[in-house]
Parts: sequence; C-alpha cells; structure tokens
Amino acid sequence: MNAFTLSRRTLIKGSASALALGAVGSRALAAGEVVVGIVYVGPRDDFGWNQAHAVAAKALKAVSGVKVVEEENVPETVAVSKTMESMINLDGANLIFATSFGYFDPFVVDAAKKFPKVQFRHAAPLWSKDKHPANAGSYFGYLNQAHYVDGVAAGLSSPTAKIGFVAAKPIPSVLSNINSVLLGARKTNPKAVVQVVFTGDWSLPVREAEATNALIDAGCEVITCHVDSPKVVIETAEKRGVKTLGHNASQAPLAPKGFITGAEYKWETIYKAYAAKLGKGEALPNFFTGGYHNDMVQNTPYGAGATPEAIKAADAAIADLKAGKPIYVGPLKDNKGNLVIGKSYDNYDPFLDGMNYLLEGVVGSIT
Amino acid sequence: MTESALATVLVAMIGGAIRVSTPFMFVALGETITEKSGRINLGLEGTLVLGAMVAYMTSYKSGSPWLGVLGAGAVGMALGALHGAVCRLPRVNDVAIGIAMMSFGVGLAFFFGKPYIQPTAPRLPSVPIGEWLGAPPALRVALDVNPLFLAGIAIAVFLWWAFRNTRWGLILRTTGDSAPAARAMGIPVDLVRFLATSAGGFLAGVAGAFLSLYYPGSWNEGLSSGQGLMAVALVIFARWDPLKCVYAALLFGAAGALGPALQSIGITQGYYFFNAAPYILTLLIMIASAGSKRAMRDIPGELSMSR
Amino acid sequence: MQKSATAQAPLATAHEASPPASDLGIRLRRSAEYIAVPLFALLVSAALFAVFLILVGKSPADFYSLLWRGGFGTAFSLQNTLQRAAPLILTALAMAIPARIGLIMIGGEGALVLSGFSAAAIALPLIGVAPRFVLLPVMALAAVAAGALWVGLAGYLRHARGVNETISSLLLTYIAIAIMNFFVEGALRDPGSANKPSTFPIGEANMIGSIPGTDVHWGLAAGIVLCIALHLLMSRTTFGFAARITGGNPRAALAQGLPVGRLVVACSMIAGACAGVAGFFEVAAIHGRANASLAAGYGFTGILVAFLARHSPLAIVPVAILFGGIAAAGGLIQRRMGLPDASVLVLQGLIFVVLLVSETLYGRFAIFSGERSASRT
Repeated sequence: MNAFTLSRRTLIKGSASALALGAVGSRALAAGEVVVGIVYVGPRDDFGWNQAHAVAAKALKAVSGVKVVEEENVPETVAVSKTMESMINLDGANLIFATSFGYFDPFVVDAAKKFPKVQFRHAAPLWSKDKHPANAGSYFGYLNQAHYVDGVAAGLSSPTAKIGFVAAKPIPSVLSNINSVLLGARKTNPKAVVQVVFTGDWSLPVREAEATNALIDAGCEVITCHVDSPKVVIETAEKRGVKTLGHNASQAPLAPKGFITGAEYKWETIYKAYAAKLGKGEALPNFFTGGYHNDMVQNTPYGAGATPEAIKAADAAIADLKAGKPIYVGPLKDNKGNLVIGKSYDNYDPFLDGMNYLLEGVVGSIT
Repeated sequence: MTESALATVLVAMIGGAIRVSTPFMFVALGETITEKSGRINLGLEGTLVLGAMVAYMTSYKSGSPWLGVLGAGAVGMALGALHGAVCRLPRVNDVAIGIAMMSFGVGLAFFFGKPYIQPTAPRLPSVPIGEWLGAPPALRVALDVNPLFLAGIAIAVFLWWAFRNTRWGLILRTTGDSAPAARAMGIPVDLVRFLATSAGGFLAGVAGAFLSLYYPGSWNEGLSSGQGLMAVALVIFARWDPLKCVYAALLFGAAGALGPALQSIGITQGYYFFNAAPYILTLLIMIASAGSKRAMRDIPGELSMSR
Repeated sequence: MQKSATAQAPLATAHEASPPASDLGIRLRRSAEYIAVPLFALLVSAALFAVFLILVGKSPADFYSLLWRGGFGTAFSLQNTLQRAAPLILTALAMAIPARIGLIMIGGEGALVLSGFSAAAIALPLIGVAPRFVLLPVMALAAVAAGALWVGLAGYLRHARGVNETISSLLLTYIAIAIMNFFVEGALRDPGSANKPSTFPIGEANMIGSIPGTDVHWGLAAGIVLCIALHLLMSRTTFGFAARITGGNPRAALAQGLPVGRLVVACSMIAGACAGVAGFFEVAAIHGRANASLAAGYGFTGILVAFLARHSPLAIVPVAILFGGIAAAGGLIQRRMGLPDASVLVLQGLIFVVLLVSETLYGRFAIFSGERSASRT
C-alpha cells in the first residue's frame, strides 16, 4: 500500500488487506444476517453513474448470508431519508450504501445519528472522523486520474489538441476532471486548450447534444464530458466525425471511429472488498478511497481514435500515476491569472477536494 | 466579439433552430388541431415521452427507424383517442385528464423503457441540404436536416391552408368556436373532437420519435426536459396559427442554442441565464405583444381558458 | 354550453354552499355521493392495475399488501406518507385558489423554489446574529413574500396585459430555477458545500423540528391550517364570493362592478404565498439550506392533487395523503417485488384518469339525489 493514503487517513487501514484477500471464500457471518440497502439517485440502468454502481454492487449479492435490497430514482430530498428508514424499519437493513453525492448532508448524517446500530457508507470523500458519526463512512475513487490519462492521449491524437468538455455543474469533482484533462493534454502538447460548456444539470440530453455541436462548431477536435449519461455526447461527436474521450463507463462501442480512451470508475474493486469483509464478518472501514495505485479507476481500452504515440504516452502516464507521481505540479494559475496552486500536491491531498477554479488554458467560467 | 465568433454563434443558432425545433413543432401543431376543436390536451408531454420510448424500441426490434416513427404515432394516437373518448362524458375536465394522462404516459414509458436505455437502435437519416445548396462547410452541418423537420413544415402549411379553405377546416373551427352552433349545423361535435385529439396525439408521438431516433437520438428517462409541456404553451403563444407554431418552435430552438454557443466562444459568465433564454425571451415577447384585442379574437371560443 | 370544469367547479361549490333545498336528508345523501363515487373509482383503478400487474407477471395481492404496509400499515409508514403529503398540500393550494377564480396557474414549483431560496438567502446575514425566534419568522416572511410576488406577477400580467397565466407561470418556473442556480452556484455559495452547491446552512439549532411524538415536520400542520382557513375564506367571505362569481362568469362580475383585476392578483398572490410556505419548510425543516434539491417537482405534483380535489381546499388534504402514501410505498414495492419505480407512476396515472372520469357519475344515481345535479349548467 502507499504511504500517502495511510498518512492521510489512518482509518483506511484494512482496506488494503481486504483487497488482497478479496478472493478468499466467504465464511458464515458471525453477527447474523446482513441486509444491505442500496439507494440510487437515478435509474439503475442509465448507462452511467448509477449503472456503474448497480453492476459493481452485484458482488455483494454473491456473498452468502447477505441480502441486498435496492431502490432507484430516489431524489436528494426528504425522500432519501425516508427510503433509508424504510429499508431499516421494514426490510431490516443494517448496512446502507447511499450512492449520490447530495445524500450525505443532512440525510445520511442524520440517519446515522438516528440509527446508531446501522452502518452507512456514502459514495464521496466527505466523511470525517471529527465531524460525523462513527457508523457512517465514505468510499470513492479519484476519477480525475483517468481523465488526466485521457488528456495525455488526446494531446497526441489531434493536431491542435483543442478539447471540448461538456460539463453538468461547476462542482469540485467536475472541475478537477476538467483541469486534469488540460494538464494531461499539456503534458503531450503544450498548446493544448480545453473549452468548457456547462449545461446546468446532470441529465439534459438535448442541451448536451447542443453543447457538443457548439463545441465542434467552435473548432474542438476532441470531445469529452462529465454528465450522468455520456451516450448522447459521444454519439453526437462521433456523428460529426470528431474524436471522443469517455466518462464513467465504457463508451467505446458508441464511437467505433473516433474513440480514444475514457475514464472509468472501478467500483467493482470497492464492492468486492466490502463483500469479502462482510463474508468474514469483519467491520467495514470508514474511509475507503483511491485511484490508479489501488485499482479503483481505470481507462477504457484504446479505440480507433488513439494514435500509437498517444497510446505509448498514456501507458507511461498510467505507470506514473501508479507510482504516485503528482498531477498538480505547482505553481499553477487559474484562467483569471490568480495563483491557485502554489506547490505540487499529492494526488489525494484534501486541498484538491475543494477545487473551485479552472486552470489557465481552460476556456470557461464557473459562474 | 470577433467576427468569426459571431459567425459561430449565428451558425449554432441556425443549426439549433433546425435541430431542436422539430419536436416543439410537432407537439404544437398537434395541440393546435386539438384546441381548434375546443379541447385542451395538456398531456402531450406524456405522449411525447411514450412515443420516444416506443419509437426507439420499435426501431431496435425491427431495424427500421421509420417503423419506429409510425409506432410512436400509433401509440400517441391511442393516448389521444383515450383522452378524446373520456372527455366527451359530461363533467369530465379535459385539462385535468390531460395532466393525469401525462403521468400515465410517462409511467408507461419508464416502466417498459428500462431495457432499451443501453442498446443502440438504428436512427433516422438526415438530408444534407447544405451540401446540395453548396453552402460553406461551416454551415453544412447546421443544414443537415431530418425529413421530419421538412414534414413538420409541410404539415404546418397544409393545416394553415386547410383550416381556412376546406370543409374539414370549417367543421373543426365551428366545433371549437361554438358547440351549440356546430350541433345546429348537424356536426357531430364529440366525434370531431375525438378525431382532433387523436390526430394531435399522433403528431405528439412522432415528436417523441424525433427525440429518440434523431436528435439527441437516444432513449433515457431524462430525454424530455418538458418539451411537450412547453410546446403546448407555445400554441397559446402562436395564437392557434400553424405557421406561427413553426416560427415559435424555430425561435425557441434558436434561443436554446444560445447558451451552449456563447459558452463555446468563451462568453461564459451567467450561463444559467443564457440557458434560460428560451423562457425569458418567450415571456418578454408575450408581455410585449399581449394586451391586444387580437388575443381574444384568435382563441377558440369553446376552450376553457377563453372567457 | 358545456364548459370545462375550471369554470364548472366554482359554480358547483357555489351551489353546495347554499343548497337550494337545505333539507338535511338531501345534504347527507349528496355527501354520501361524494364518498361513494371516489371509492368506486379507486376500486375500479385498483382492478385495472391488477390486470396490468397480471399481464406483466406480478402478483396483485403482493402489490396491494405492500402498498398498504409501505404507505399506511405501520406507524413509520403513516408518518412517511404524511411527511410526503405536506408539501403537496401546500403546492396544491397554489393551484386550487387561482382555479376558483378561473385561472390555470401552474407556477407553484417556481414559487416554491424561489421562496425557499429567498428564505435561505435572507437568513445568511442573520445566522449566528439573530436568535431563532427572530430568524425563522424573517425567513418565513421572505419566503411568503417571494412566492406571492412571483405568482402574483403572473396574475398581474394576466390582468394588466392579457398574458395567458398558464404559459407565463410555467415560464416563470423555469426562470425561478435559473435564478436560484445562478446564486447558489455563484455569489451565495458555501465553499464547504463542495459537490452539492448550496447556500450556507442555517444551522441545526435554527431548524424547525418535528410535530411532537412524530417524525413529521410542522409543514403538515401549516398545510392543514391553511386548507381550513382558505376554505373559510373562499366559502364564507365576501372576497371568496366575489372570486367565485368572477370564476363563474368574469363578464358578469365586471358588469356588477367587482374589482376583477384586484381579485385576480390577490388570488394569485395567495397561491404564491402557499407555495412560499412549502418552500420555507423545505429549507427550515428539511434541507437547512437552499440548493437544487428544492426543485423536486412538488409544484407539479400539486397541480394534479388540486385537480383531483376539484380545487376544494378541504378535499386537498385526503388527496395529498393518498398521493403521499403511494409515493411512500413505492420504494418498498420496488425493493420487494423487483418492479421498476415507474410502476407507481402508472398506478397514479391510472387512479387519476379513473377518478377524473368518475366525475361523470355524479347525479346519475337516484339513491344519492334528492334533487338532481345542481351543478349542471
């Protein structure tokens, strides 16, 4: 395991051994039946965020003595607290996975206080030992690492490396992906720029298609995105004959001509590790995050749009990330000229979780 | 703004008007037929969503996108017929039934649509008008149009002509303006309204097919962000005139392209308001143009909103 | 002329308020009709949905027992239902009150979002400065004012410029959401809210708690009180009488010298204020801050609730509870039966269509009518 994760969060201990022992068969549960409740914000088969969770969470169902109940399309309102309570009260759930960012505060936090015997795990790096109940916790993968690799490949796959980015909302995880694409592309082509269009919401297919067309009309040669279901963006770009970088799940089949590579979570790693722990009747770690070094993100296998040089450079970038080489090498300015990153930051530094700027080289504004 | 940036925005808006307007046009035209007969069907959002799902499913299963369009029209017509049939019963409120049917249509679409979110179905082809006209390359893509867009304009022109110049048009308008007068002339009022609502449903279903099979060309639960609802509103805006429905749809499409286009040339501050441009623009035009006596003149007298 | 019910409903109630023959027996029979017909409609829609379930290979018995258990059958379920009903009662009022004067105002969603945002925004300089008993009323006032102004604007445009209120209130909803997003993701954003852009929280100490002994927030009580108050306003006061006259026949109202314009704007403002109360409770009792989750669609669901309740404030309460119950049970049904979440939408749609169609049955059965169908025009 690597040093920085451990030094940052002592609580992550155990996740490494869980990973190593993931394949060991399940023993009977010590403390009776485990009923797992999983809550999704959208449809389980949305070809994006929710589906990635739902597919990976199947690993939990395979564990004997574990029962899984799932509910989809649960909005980030009082509905989610009622869904969690309903799972606990009516289904006897004693472990809840809340998979949408906005579930955490106040809903998961309140539920954890109300039901101290139930374990809650939430898919974003928000839990902190000092502020939140001990029966809650976080799991997350740093997808920006894979987006960085996307950028590296894009820089060598198009002549001008002008990359169009269709983004939903200017939140830190999206901004980090945008900035990482830029830094990756600049690594292989110093003239690279990223042009951003914010659509304003997570699922607006028509506006996403419009944004893609507008970016291509403005001269972008590579298109990528961070929206709930990237299908529309990738297919629109493919139809217009430009290259694409995927997001969230493999979009390679949607763009047989222009697909370069894509950034994907590997939730499988997490849910399998959880499943293994449950199988042995062990407690789950409160904090479980990672990136390339512990197999929690990956890049989609290269498509026809990736040039041989791009593949070589991207493979090298992946090796660098696995070795812990930082993406954010300071000093870096934002696109308004302010110094925002003074030094080089480790890829898991919490400083980066609060990103609220676009780096110089990104055309766009967060308001 | 430099000249080339301005050109980019203009091209995007022309392209946006052509790409985005078609579903608005079809729903608005369908609703115009229905409202001309004196009924309101607010449920076309549900019809549109169900049409989109059925079109995608049919195209995926049969391999023929045009069959998908037909299937969407058929299911839309069925929903319209249901609306038309129950609203003839005394005391049944057409506006309320419409809203209930919206929930029903969306529910059916989501219920049966789950397995079709992932597969890729054959889509509708486009007609490269830009290429035929020898337009500059920048404009060519914007002028790639779908046959349904052209069909929508043709239908609008036909309706505009038919409302004034055919016996059917007269029957429809009479029914919508005064049911007692129509009955006195021997017109079967309920039948006319039933047919008008079914026809409206057919067009709204086709609008859904355009969404799922052409632009943005994919089926998922977020596909329609209220297009059907907005299009019904546009009918009032267009004053029940089929040609004005086309203008309204084009305007709405162009305004919708404004947000992404401005951001793509680097004008990014306040994009929430650019993205809301279609709504703001429509409201401003309505405020500026309303208040005239004409508003009252154009409205079919039997509509519950006419007073 | 057979007009649609926007004009009809107010007339019907006008007759109810003063039955031509105020014989107790007739009144009782007619009340019985108002219970029997909807019950019959519910049974029919349940049967239709059972057929639907059999067609897709699921057990109707399982479905209905889970529906009961998840929506009403346990103390937890009942509270879940009431909690979900609370905002629907308020947004349904936002539709129902203008409907009594003949307006189809569908801007409840926008008013809710904008008022919730206003409540959170006005709280910002006061958090930690003003005590709770000052902060909460200020927030409530801001919310009610914002909602009243927003829907009132649609009412004013209707009156002053003849702008159709249905379309303007829908447009104003989209604009309200854009305004909220602009500020929440920009000037008023709490940097700590990270990936869920929100305003600064009002603080746990300032939040409104639950009704004692339950898990249901006070919005439910506010909704029920408002329903009763607005029922009295619309049925027992000169204002309500004038509004109903206007809703029945605006030309006659004008001829009689009623201030139609002021009535229209006033009813719109009351509507917006109701949605504003819903927005206030969303912020002060649920989220503790303003963010995109305020636009959860309560405003749109409220429209349906109002229509089912025939725009009667008192009928809104049971309809909203029915609706809340189905929504509350939806999760359990999804989890236990492996049915998609949309099955609840199908059921709701079916119930609404059948209930609305059942309106045609009123006055058709001799058993209920001492005097036939007062409300036919």
